[in-house]
Amino acid sequence: MAETTLVVIASDVDVVTARQAGRELAAQVGFSPGDQTVIAAAISEIARNILMYARRGEVELRIAVEADRSGVIIVASDQGPGIPDIEHYMQDGVSTSGGLGLGLGGSKRLVDDFHVDTSASGTKITMKKWRRRV
Amino acid sequence: MEVPILKQGDYLIASIQSALTDADLTLLRISLGERVGRFRSKGVIVDVTALDVMDSFAVRTLRDLAHTTWLRGAETVIVGIQPDVAFAMVQLGLTLKGVATALDLEEGLDFLDRQLKGRVGRRG
Repeated sequence: MAETTLVVIASDVDVVTARQAGRELAAQVGFSPGDQTVIAAAISEIARNILMYARRGEVELRIAVEADRSGVIIVASDQGPGIPDIEHYMQDGVSTSGGLGLGLGGSKRLVDDFHVDTSASGTKITMKKWRRRV
Repeated sequence: MEVPILKQGDYLIASIQSALTDADLTLLRISLGERVGRFRSKGVIVDVTALDVMDSFAVRTLRDLAHTTWLRGAETVIVGIQPDVAFAMVQLGLTLKGVATALDLEEGLDFLDRQLKGRVGRRG
């Protein structure tokens, strides 16, 4: 079945590793080079968020296959302090770090499905991007 | 991996060879700011042909780098942004507004030559 790649995020080198692994997976699924780059950038953003807010965590990457479509699933999780007032930060352009990153809303815009599960004991962000069958 | 910086006449050329970490990018910004002073450089070219992703941190650091060197008296031009990287930047809403860009190293050198001529003209 679908293989899973797990990248532990504890330093900025791991952010590069995670996005490169994501790009390779996206290439396997058959995403265009442009979409591969978008996926890699989305991974880079959420992996950096882990470093900034939780110091360490992990990014899990896997291929998703359904009857009529295939894609990649990216799960970023950490045991950090969680994201307070999540609705506010999900708005496009709103960022806690004063515009350092894209904000959660910006990352959301890049993928088809974006889900955040956050509490005081950690955060889990799940992103899915599907490849359109032409 | 540290980015090699070559001095060529009045210009500094930073040629990125592989994917860079946030720390590498920050180091590049600092080194260029320092070397512009040491070599009294008038222009800086950052060749990003080898970068296969530009995320918000990379874009912000390049913008800061260009502004820092400008404050130090040198023009910066970013060259070699790949088509897919450009496409992804647009999707991400990342801009390099206010920063000069050129297709490749050759165009970047041309751009700096023209800019510097303009400067001399204004002064004269």
